[in-house]
Amino acid sequence: MGGSPVWDGTLSLDSFNTSAAALVKRWKEIEVDDSLPEWTWKPCSKSRVPLEVGGYLALERVYSSCGRSQEQIEEMEKFDDAGDVAWVESSSDNVHVYDFHVVYSFSYKVPVLYFRGYHTSGQLLTLDEVKEGLPSHSQKVLSESKWTFITQEEHPHLSKPWLTLHPCATSDWMKLLLEETKATDKERSLQYLPACMYGD
Amino acid sequence: MAAPHDEAAAWSEEAARRVWAGAVPLQVHLHDADVTALPPPPAFLTLGPRIGYLPLLIPVIKAHFSNALPPGVDTVWFEYKGLPLKWYVPIGALFDLLCADPERPWNLIVHFRGYPSEILSPCEGEDSVKWSYMNSLKEATFIITGNSKSVMNMSHADQVALWESVMKGNLDGYKSISTRLKIGPFEDDGLVRTASAERKRQQNSDEPESPGSSKPCRVPVRLYVRNVQEDLEYIEDAVPVSDWEGVSYINRPFEIRKVEGRSYITLEHALQTLLPEFFSSKAASRADGSHPAGALDSAADSSDATNSSRSSKEAEQALASPREVGAAKKTKVKLVRVQGIELDMDIPFLWVANNLKNPEYYLHICVYVGTRKQ
Repeated sequence: MGGSPVWDGTLSLDSFNTSAAALVKRWKEIEVDDSLPEWTWKPCSKSRVPLEVGGYLALERVYSSCGRSQEQIEEMEKFDDAGDVAWVESSSDNVHVYDFHVVYSFSYKVPVLYFRGYHTSGQLLTLDEVKEGLPSHSQKVLSESKWTFITQEEHPHLSKPWLTLHPCATSDWMKLLLEETKATDKERSLQYLPACMYGD
Repeated sequence: MAAPHDEAAAWSEEAARRVWAGAVPLQVHLHDADVTALPPPPAFLTLGPRIGYLPLLIPVIKAHFSNALPPGVDTVWFEYKGLPLKWYVPIGALFDLLCADPERPWNLIVHFRGYPSEILSPCEGEDSVKWSYMNSLKEATFIITGNSKSVMNMSHADQVALWESVMKGNLDGYKSISTRLKIGPFEDDGLVRTASAERKRQQNSDEPESPGSSKPCRVPVRLYVRNVQEDLEYIEDAVPVSDWEGVSYINRPFEIRKVEGRSYITLEHALQTLLPEFFSSKAASRADGSHPAGALDSAADSSDATNSSRSSKEAEQALASPREVGAAKKTKVKLVRVQGIELDMDIPFLWVANNLKNPEYYLHICVYVGTRKQ
């Protein structure tokens, strides 16, 4: 490239793909928490329209509950299967399941996080229910900037309503996180998504 | 020098007036299950502004049906031939996409209950539409200028006034605020007039910007690609869209790179770049060459295809690489519509972007492609 100016915190599509692969690999290596599912790469192709090769990252079926471990939740699910309905209903109210997707935004040239939560019954969580599961600091931010933090938008590949973290400030954040590292473009693209995750 | 510029400005002015005045006649029927009165209320006739959004019509529609509605909380949504309509897509784009043969009036069904939240994002009426609009405007501004500052830094009063002008179709009010955002128009040389570019221009007005330093210009585009039967003879016979799975929505800016020896970029070239998979390999390879390509040749061929022309086309394709032939055989562009107009594919793309855009600076393009049944 030669003489490139100050990095603006954005990512090209190729770099996104490279970085996604790096994240999938690193996630496997570091064994964050055995109970967490793994990030996978989902190639996207609409059933009838052959679109160009592309895809997104997915981390699906992440359980979230107040003070319960993954094992306890799985234990509860077994009860569910055994038909212990009354007990499960009262306790599974506190268990939410989340799917996370990281999709490349051509507009903002950054990765964008899409997510949705649902009850163990499969019923989708409303934005209010998702809000309740957020740390108190995030709840405060959300109440102050209703439309620029978490918004409800169409998933670019699934054409279904998902929640998204608004991407308009992502490049500034990433610039802060990575510009000190003096990395080359290639190194930077490898670090980009992993840094995103830890940065949270 | 002033005369041609004035003339072009007058044309742009005229185009904007027509885009803003464009409307789809709607005949809105109340969904059977929501009718609690006998006889059922008559359908409601109204004009849906092309640049407007369906939820903005809810107050007048609700007033019309108020006596027939069941008690309780309303969650309003619209349906056309079984398909829940996405409220954040402008009415004109929905009409161009879903009515292959423009149906006038457009018969829609309004529901006040049973919101399909698996398919549509929740809508809290005007407020949701306003913020969807502002988010789109912010995104378009980011695409064009590289940041969203001009929108983020708007005063609250300006934001309100801008939205009011869009909602009421007040072009003059809109222009007085939007020009201050300094996002466009796109210039013929592929550069965009932004606040910083303007300053540069004033500093050294004689010196043209060096080509290496200028950023490639990006145009905000929303593409709606609808699949129709490949062997469709008349576009109006297309099977109605029953599921959004049958439509590919592509929100991707078109990046303009100055190509040596080409005076301007055609609509066709822009579409080839955005949707390479839908143009035949023959056209795609020509598009990279020096002369403006005619990718729609192939689409036109097929619409009045006789056996002989088809076989000659297949012979041509046999010369291309096998993978490309596969793609070219599977899909073909049948129709391209912007603001209800079937555009000439040789029209300069930047003219289209400047003059047929919606008020959030996005160009909404509907493309019908013939797809072989699988």
